[in-house]
Amino acid sequence: MSATTSETSKARKKSIGAIALDFFGKWGTLLTIAFLLVFFSIKMPPFKSMANMETIFRSISIVTVVAIGITISLTVDGFDLSVGSVVTFADTLVISMFVWYEFGTVLGIFLAIFISLSVAVINSFLIVKLKIFDLLATLAVMFIFEGVALTYTGGGSISQGMPRLDGTPTFGRIPDAFRLIGQSPYIIILMLVIVATVHIFLNYTKHGRYLYMVGGNREAARLSGIPVDRYRTIAYFLSAFFASIGGIMLGARIGSSQVNAGAGFLMPAVAAAFIGYSVAGVKKPNAIGTLVGAVLVGVLENGLIMLSVPYYSLNIVKGLVLAIALAVTYYSKD
Amino acid sequence: MDSQQKHSIEMKGISIEFPGVKALTDVDFKIGSGTIHALIGANGAGKSTLMKVLGGVYNHYMGTITFDGTAVNIKTPRDSIKLGVAVVYQEVDTALIPYLSIAENIMLDALVNDMGHRQFVNWKGIRAAAKEYLKRVNLDLDIRTLVQDVSLADKQRILVARALAGNSRFLILDEPTAPLSQTETDELFELMRDLAQNQNVGIIFISHRLPEIFEICDTVTILRDGEKVAEKPISEFTQKDIVEHMLGRKFDETYPKTAVDIGSTLFEIKNLSEANGAIHDVNLAVRAGEIVGVTGLVGAGKTELCKTIFGALRIGSGDIILNGNPLKINSPHTAVKQGLALVPEERRKEGVLVEEPVYINLTVASLNNFSNRFDFVNTTSERVAAKKIINELGIRTPSENQKVAFLSGGNQQKVAVGKWLIADADVYIFDEPTKGVDVGAKHDIFELIGQLASDGKGIIYASSEIPEIMGISDRTYVMYDRTIVKELETTETTEEEILFYSAGGQ
Repeated sequence: MSATTSETSKARKKSIGAIALDFFGKWGTLLTIAFLLVFFSIKMPPFKSMANMETIFRSISIVTVVAIGITISLTVDGFDLSVGSVVTFADTLVISMFVWYEFGTVLGIFLAIFISLSVAVINSFLIVKLKIFDLLATLAVMFIFEGVALTYTGGGSISQGMPRLDGTPTFGRIPDAFRLIGQSPYIIILMLVIVATVHIFLNYTKHGRYLYMVGGNREAARLSGIPVDRYRTIAYFLSAFFASIGGIMLGARIGSSQVNAGAGFLMPAVAAAFIGYSVAGVKKPNAIGTLVGAVLVGVLENGLIMLSVPYYSLNIVKGLVLAIALAVTYYSKD
Repeated sequence: MDSQQKHSIEMKGISIEFPGVKALTDVDFKIGSGTIHALIGANGAGKSTLMKVLGGVYNHYMGTITFDGTAVNIKTPRDSIKLGVAVVYQEVDTALIPYLSIAENIMLDALVNDMGHRQFVNWKGIRAAAKEYLKRVNLDLDIRTLVQDVSLADKQRILVARALAGNSRFLILDEPTAPLSQTETDELFELMRDLAQNQNVGIIFISHRLPEIFEICDTVTILRDGEKVAEKPISEFTQKDIVEHMLGRKFDETYPKTAVDIGSTLFEIKNLSEANGAIHDVNLAVRAGEIVGVTGLVGAGKTELCKTIFGALRIGSGDIILNGNPLKINSPHTAVKQGLALVPEERRKEGVLVEEPVYINLTVASLNNFSNRFDFVNTTSERVAAKKIINELGIRTPSENQKVAFLSGGNQQKVAVGKWLIADADVYIFDEPTKGVDVGAKHDIFELIGQLASDGKGIIYASSEIPEIMGISDRTYVMYDRTIVKELETTETTEEEILFYSAGGQ
């Protein structure tokens, strides 16, 4: 009896390093968030106020929605770098719908999203039909639509009351209902609804199952009768769809369209999606994990700003977080 | 250069073991310069192992190797190259650098190993030498052409030229004709004769195709199950002798073949060709309850046939007919929808999703049956169905939630089959379903196939294991060179006859 106990304890001792690594791989992200919350709260007491928590959630809402799009492109083992440009494009479109063309809220948003999906048409054509490597295809498309958005506005920004670049005066107003989307709590609710919907879609529907299968082993999925090309196309459409919602949210929040306003969302969104891989040991792209990843990035950014780290140095930290997230994802993959 | 001096390499009493397998037992093999010697045997007979011993790939063999009567030590590839042995493998592209010129590829060894401390390449010397070797393999191409732009047959010649540049006296050609057209094969044989007769090169020719061996070789050595069973001049063999020697093995496996009333024609393919010529002009019919074997040697086109029927390769022309209705198949998705199922050969790569649990693998082909009208998956009913299949097929797994990666090969195969049972197809195509599967699981799979047949399904069973085909099929088609060359009633044929047609006998 005692011999067996000592043997089992020996076996346990042997793998304690592995267990620790496994545990940290699963819960490291949540532990890090907890650690950061405690650390910033001690350093900066106002950090833990309800108001600041709300600020953090408001600030990550757009990143999260964009990251959800990237997450879906990752489920099919793809990658969509063009989301930043889609954010800019959708922002530009929706503001122009109101300021230039004086459309109503619903029609304006609908048209902006619809036109933004043209990015997905090109992405999926390049990747699925022409078989260009996803990273490179979406890199090209990223530049194309950065240019398209700039060309559409004539190289400038759009805001209420500002004449167009050719001097035409504008009379459209940005509807108040639209502005509400950009304000707390609506922007946070929208984000949470999107995360929950995509979580359900990916985990409980047939289509979510297929997306993961296509990403897990494309050939096996194809030979099981899954229409692989169709699901890869769907993934890029959903990715562009959520990025364009991100663009709408951005437009509602800042009430204008700025040159290349969406570019800054790409990097933290990629980081969030990759951090999400390992959360709770899911080991595949998933919506809840992505939200957790975005929270981590948001908490870090907010805390560092409160600690008076200059904004121009934040990219160093954000880049490091991405590198660490990638390291955890790929190291545990084999 | 010792261009006319006669050399010989003799391997004596070669034995080699790998964990759990005795790959070669006491094999003798001799090759002299200026001769062409065929080395043949069924799959797994030990041909490539023997050639790898000669090539210095293995160093733990027993036995002796002598060169011109003196004992030599071949323990590394370098030892072998020094003696003048060069191998031209079947996959020529793995040995060539596509974006370098022909000259650079021929002179690769000189460029890599004979540079000494020189930092600059003597291009003039390299080009002149390369031109010389290109002439010796009778290839009329500009030596500055990039290798990626030449045909496969020319690539083989470039490899032969490289071997000559390395002063090779002996050349091992591993199934060089498998990917070649008839004209290209004839041209290769011309070169082989020239090398042997005029350039004093000894050639070891590995091929599965009997007519070729009779056309080109002087002597034949036949291996079977790791032993040499015959070595004679070709003139003393007939095609039938060779097949008998290759086969020889006793037929002791048992096949649980159930008697099934075979119905009317269920499935037919007519003049089917793949778009890129992977198979051509195939005709085949399956009746309800019938198990139809498709056999042939490795590379005959069995896998390609299975994949073309299933839409995984592109159909060039021809008709696929189920229950009298022509099917429109342009992808596996459409094939599955119209009642076909394929258990592919490369199980881990194509048959199962190793990172997913057993139950998800089992329902992947029939997820519609487990989804409600809003496309939500009912995992409870999924698990019930999975458990039923796990019991029926005897899949050894702790639960339906186990990742498929942790199952044994045989059990993975049962999962790959099981998903099509749930999907309930009309025609089941099996491509080498017993590959890498242990005896017990094999038996289970045969029983399963028998069960499907008695349920009135049509079965296409593709395998290069002739005893299996003999044991399980009602009727057999033999493939050779990308098409079906013979249809045989299994009860009226013999292994010898099947092998005869597989090897291109007429």
